[in-house]
Amino acid sequence: MNSLKRKDLLDIQSLSVEEILLICRSAKYFKDIFTRSVKSVPILRGKSVCTLFYEPSTRTKMSFDLAAKRLSADLINFSVSTSSVVKGESLIDTVHTLEAMKVDYIVMRHAASMAPHFLSRNIKASVINAGDGFHAHPTQGLLDAYSIMERHGSLERGSMEGLHIGIIGDIKHSRVARSDVEAFKKLGAKVTLCGPPTLVPDTFKHYGVEISYNLDALIPELDVINLLRIQKERQKGSLFPSLREYHRQFALTDERFRSCRDDVIVMHPGPVNRGIEIDDAVMNSPKTIINEQVTNGVAVRMAIFYLLAGGAPLEEMNEE
Amino acid sequence: MKIVIKNGRIIDPASRTDDALDILIEDDTIADISCGISVQDGYGVIDAGGCLVLPGLIDMHVHFREPGREDVETIYSGSKVAAKGGFTSVCTMPNTDPVIDNQALVRFIKLEAEKGPINVFPAATITKGMKGEEISEMGELIGAGAVGFTDDGLPVMSSILMRRALEYSRMFDVPIMTHSEDLELTDDGIMNEGKNSMLLGLKGIPREAEEVMIARDVILTRMTGGRLHVAHVSSGGSVEIIRRAKSDGIRVTCETAPHYFSLTDDAVAEYLSMAKMKPPLRTEDDRKSIIEGLKRGIIDVIASDHAPHSPNEKMQELEYAPFGIVGLETTVPLIITVLVRENGFSYFEAFEKVTVNPARVLKLDRGELKIGSIADLTIINPEKKVQINESFMLSKCKNTPFIGKELFGSVEYTICNGNVVYSNK
Repeated sequence: MNSLKRKDLLDIQSLSVEEILLICRSAKYFKDIFTRSVKSVPILRGKSVCTLFYEPSTRTKMSFDLAAKRLSADLINFSVSTSSVVKGESLIDTVHTLEAMKVDYIVMRHAASMAPHFLSRNIKASVINAGDGFHAHPTQGLLDAYSIMERHGSLERGSMEGLHIGIIGDIKHSRVARSDVEAFKKLGAKVTLCGPPTLVPDTFKHYGVEISYNLDALIPELDVINLLRIQKERQKGSLFPSLREYHRQFALTDERFRSCRDDVIVMHPGPVNRGIEIDDAVMNSPKTIINEQVTNGVAVRMAIFYLLAGGAPLEEMNEE
Repeated sequence: MKIVIKNGRIIDPASRTDDALDILIEDDTIADISCGISVQDGYGVIDAGGCLVLPGLIDMHVHFREPGREDVETIYSGSKVAAKGGFTSVCTMPNTDPVIDNQALVRFIKLEAEKGPINVFPAATITKGMKGEEISEMGELIGAGAVGFTDDGLPVMSSILMRRALEYSRMFDVPIMTHSEDLELTDDGIMNEGKNSMLLGLKGIPREAEEVMIARDVILTRMTGGRLHVAHVSSGGSVEIIRRAKSDGIRVTCETAPHYFSLTDDAVAEYLSMAKMKPPLRTEDDRKSIIEGLKRGIIDVIASDHAPHSPNEKMQELEYAPFGIVGLETTVPLIITVLVRENGFSYFEAFEKVTVNPARVLKLDRGELKIGSIADLTIINPEKKVQINESFMLSKCKNTPFIGKELFGSVEYTICNGNVVYSNK
């Protein structure tokens, strides 16, 4: 198998373990290419990719842009804030316009959960979900899984089994948390979610994860600590009383970092709130792989474009 | 004009009649119900062989969108859809634009309804402008033809106002019909809060948003001696609160809608905005509790909550699409398929919920088959399948998750005030 037999990439839930591992192995190949001096390959020459971001994003959009360019695709950006959308055009009309221009891939981010799923049923182009509401951020889930497996030296089936991964923070409102949990559980890891009960509802137990409200007790157990960005406006909804108290209970402080396992890895999808969910000294530690995640993100997104395009055998590809 | 309905199986839940009898209609009245009525020259004959002959069905919860949104449904178009669905009487909700909070608008609905095939009984708002601030002129509105009061679409959030509405309405003995939802607990939710809302990353509406308001209103009804009718009950907890209230002798009735006994929130991922309504579809446990509540008579009424929305409005991101689905044409097939066939309801248990029970809640002189009563009748073939597709749907809007389904129970004739207003021939 060297392609994804599907039109769209919408969420982790619908991917098989084989598909996840295929994406990771392909990502490794692309990472090897672009970390050498030659960065582009002609895989998507003649294909067009449109990024359609209904929500502001810097790093995810740049990562998709770079991935498409390194595969030699024609790239257009549909900027929602300067477009007909502000004049009240519906999503479906906007995308039919893009389709009329024969766009092959639509990379969409949207504040409304399930918007890419709605779209994918009504158009022919491939839809790649770059984050929808609280629902899914599948490329982040895949790059996080890839980053963990790469650190542990194997992209083979079973390489995540036995690992205990903690995801700390606002789980309830996080599409990253959902996609990470789905990916990590499919790959066999043990997952514990940690945060206040207002942000870590019991319904998440349906994933077969543990829930903890006590980070101090949890932290020495963890092989991987994945911190999520805390949205400051959540405090207004009384989901936690203050950032100070949140920091006291759930931040990865210097002191907590010292009680971690020696081989722990610390992750964060970015952008980081220094001093809220993570302290400065931890940011600067070699155990923290936040920048490596960013590199891997480009590789994983290249792999997804490549595999959705039908996946020509990699060894026959000529580098430019 | 005289019509004889022959060879049918008469089902009258009010009198517990289940018998092979003929019915003679003279003008707008049932003139005879007996064995072997002879057909004379000039009589019309309806052969109801293999069919149930029921009192004309009553849907006490529909949105006909007029005045204000005539593009999605009108009183006339909605009445035609009702007739096709087997309904001879409907109660229209007052959350139109403008809202039905004065006598002139109640009379407007009655006048528009005269052009249509069926009886329309308007409900008026509990509060002026549906603003939840002052109670409407209930006496004046009843004088113009209103049969009950509701701010449906919105709850009455103020407890003191709800107390006053229940107290004041006592002198008219009319139902205060509630859309039970604590909007603060709903907190912009769009589907049932639980496993599925978590998996889909959609904001949840907890069942408690419905249950706390029903509990409040039951307690206020006990306090005031008013008459409460709880609209569209969706959760098992709500059924339990109402069961207890009834056993305590509190004057409460309630209704559910066919989608709450037919679907669960599993449907949201599949049908997206077509499965979005308020209250939301809940879990399989809730669905079973609703069926049990209907079976035990805790839930008195089945009403469609027919809520047309244009395709453009529904073809949006789930979060932005409006709440509500159409239901007048799928109610009978869902009653037959889900309640009678899958859950062993007798025809009395199933059809009292759309005949005598809603008639009693609204104090309508309808919903029974007896000599001398108005000739409202519905003839249904319970063994005949119907394909629910866009061409089956007469409604101006096709926003229903049941598109594509094959169900049992075909409405063959609808007779209203002695006139055949729908025939599937």
